[in-house]
Amino acid sequence: MTELCNIETSKKTNLKSYWPLFLIPLAVVVYVFLEAGVNFLVDNVFRLDKGAHLTESIRFFLYDTPKVLLLLTVIVFVVGIIRSYFSPEKTRKALEGKPLFIGNVMASLLGIVTPFCSCSAIPLFIGFVESGIPLGVTFSFLVAAPMINEVALVLLFGLFGWKTALLYASTGLLIAIISGWVIGKLKVERFVEPWVYEIKAGDFQIEEVKVTFYDRIQAGHTAVVDIVSKVWIYIVAGIAVGATVHGYVPENFMASIMGKEAWWSVPLAVLIGVPLYSNAAGIIPILQALLEKGASLGTALAFMMSVIGLSLPEMIILKKVIKLPLIIIFVSVVATGIMIVGFLFNIIY
Amino acid sequence: MKIEILGTGCAKCHKLDELVRATVKETGVIAEVNKVDDIKKIMTYGVMTTPALVIDGEVKAAGKIPAKDEIMKWLGGK
Repeated sequence: MTELCNIETSKKTNLKSYWPLFLIPLAVVVYVFLEAGVNFLVDNVFRLDKGAHLTESIRFFLYDTPKVLLLLTVIVFVVGIIRSYFSPEKTRKALEGKPLFIGNVMASLLGIVTPFCSCSAIPLFIGFVESGIPLGVTFSFLVAAPMINEVALVLLFGLFGWKTALLYASTGLLIAIISGWVIGKLKVERFVEPWVYEIKAGDFQIEEVKVTFYDRIQAGHTAVVDIVSKVWIYIVAGIAVGATVHGYVPENFMASIMGKEAWWSVPLAVLIGVPLYSNAAGIIPILQALLEKGASLGTALAFMMSVIGLSLPEMIILKKVIKLPLIIIFVSVVATGIMIVGFLFNIIY
Repeated sequence: MKIEILGTGCAKCHKLDELVRATVKETGVIAEVNKVDDIKKIMTYGVMTTPALVIDGEVKAAGKIPAKDEIMKWLGGK
């Protein structure tokens, strides 16, 4: 997970309390009554013309914005607490000595929950390699970490339904497992800079400070403050785009270029997506617009995965430790995986 | 006292560097603050996440920017 690269910690408030926990049931109650509340507001308080384009756009916006923000806050909080139980050091320990396939599965799963910022990609890479974790397993981790993140999951769940969210998470996981496994089979060790193997990393033992549950709540709270303050604007923009499109733009507007029939739309989406870099929140408004206008789900998902899963900045960072051929192999294997997922979705739906 | 900030040049690393320098100034401790950019040197400490804070050869924090009062404690506790 790469979005925890927050830099503002000095203004951190010390909570020392359980109160955020009690807000979760409250959020659930609000969530349950939200639709009825918005309908009441639109139909009985504003007395808007039922069925009119504008009314339905307003209804959509008023309902979706709080719904998604609420979901986001709760999930980011819970994930923040879960993540406080993990660290790259613990993950490395868990992966040491694991055989290839099992190692790939574990690395992909751990990639989802381990707090990790892409600017730490090199020390992490060296740390893994140095303790004997196979390259293929390391790559599974590096693919899963950015690809599957809670912000993307929440947004897909909130805007497109649980099926899309689940499909996204499971196929993302599969791509991470299989690409890592393939890279492992390709015997690419010779493309790692030789000095990486020469490093004798010191044995680092940070004093185990006792982490209380207060601290974990604090971690969840910090995650909410960091992430929600960064992404809310994209989400509101995305829903606004969705709401406008919802009421006005004719359906199937995009169908001819990004619909199912245009098979080449998937590779094209990936080709455009790989060099682009954005967080999940930034890409959602675009996705929303594409899907509403008739782009097929497979094409849209492939685009999203290639934008958040593969990024130019990360490749440039990794270039310091691995040689160009391996970067190219890495990108092509993952991009191929994304394309297969895109085609599959377009066939199924 | 010898303080090292390990980091390959991300935003967080600069932030920690600034914070440590400011804290050192505030407490008035005599300390030499160095920023270590070289990845090989960073790895000799065995950290896997940057930025990391090393005081007199001992890793105090890794992968996060510690709170200011924590840094104060480490500076004063020596």
